Amino acid sequence: MKARVTVMLKNGVLDPQGKAVHHALTALGFDGVNGVRQGKVIELDLAETDAAVAEKSVGEMCEKLLANMVIESYKIEIL
Amino acid sequence: MKVGIVVFPGSNCDRDLAVAFEQAGADVTMVWHKDTSLPKGLDMIGVPGGFSFGDYLRCGAIAAQSPICRAVVDHANAGGYVYGVCNGFQILAETGLLPGALLRNANLKYICKTIPLVVQNNDSAYTSGYDMGQEIMIPIAHHDGNFTADADTVARLQGEGRVAFTYGDNPNGSVADIAGILSENKRVLGMMPHPERAADAAHGGTDGQALFKSVVGAVFGALQDA
Repeated sequence: MKARVTVMLKNGVLDPQGKAVHHALTALGFDGVNGVRQGKVIELDLAETDAAVAEKSVGEMCEKLLANMVIESYKIEIL
Repeated sequence: MKVGIVVFPGSNCDRDLAVAFEQAGADVTMVWHKDTSLPKGLDMIGVPGGFSFGDYLRCGAIAAQSPICRAVVDHANAGGYVYGVCNGFQILAETGLLPGALLRNANLKYICKTIPLVVQNNDSAYTSGYDMGQEIMIPIAHHDGNFTADADTVARLQGEGRVAFTYGDNPNGSVADIAGILSENKRVLGMMPHPERAADAAHGGTDGQALFKSVVGAVFGALQDA
């Protein structure tokens, strides 16, 4: 079973990298972009076969290591 | 007074920190990150700058979960002194010993230069060698030094005198110009600037010396009184 974790900076936390990407897109002529937030995607290959158990376990991984809960939020998808 | 300096793969300021403590009169032992316990009898732990574990995931995140860091957290929770510089500050924030987090610099650039800091607290063991409001010149060298915390945390840090240093001219976007913060008991200090790089005349500046002298003096004095 695979899980995909998306980690994003929380709303309200300044994202200078997202701003730089936004700036570059605007410079390329993509005018319709109102904002850019950059995050990261982490894919996990799990031995667990029960989706609910896997999700709980990945949640613990996020809280402990994969995300810094002071500045980031996470989303888990079981694939 | 005995100081242990934790060495991670990627630490690169460990020996500078050791020399600064030695010159201030401390006995220094280097501690490898794979050790699960600290040498007995340490009064203080230094967490040095560098790029522990290649800064993978987030700066300091992997180091903060290493076995030795659990021992460092226990040492701090038992009232011990812990001093984190640069990557060391990022690691202490990741362990939760200090509040907030360090984000990418607002201008997205790695900044390496000597800049003015303003002393905002001089009643901690680390800062008693400075005057309140004193401006000192200390080098910075970081890409992720943009301190952030929610407004309540910042107000609490300021209200409790836990902001040790602010930037004279904010280089990295840190909230409230914060360059270094103390724990509630003021025995844990984390800061992005590098006083150990301004601790010898050959460095081109000695404004960092007072920090090492005051903390070594304070801890040594407390040991003698005990």
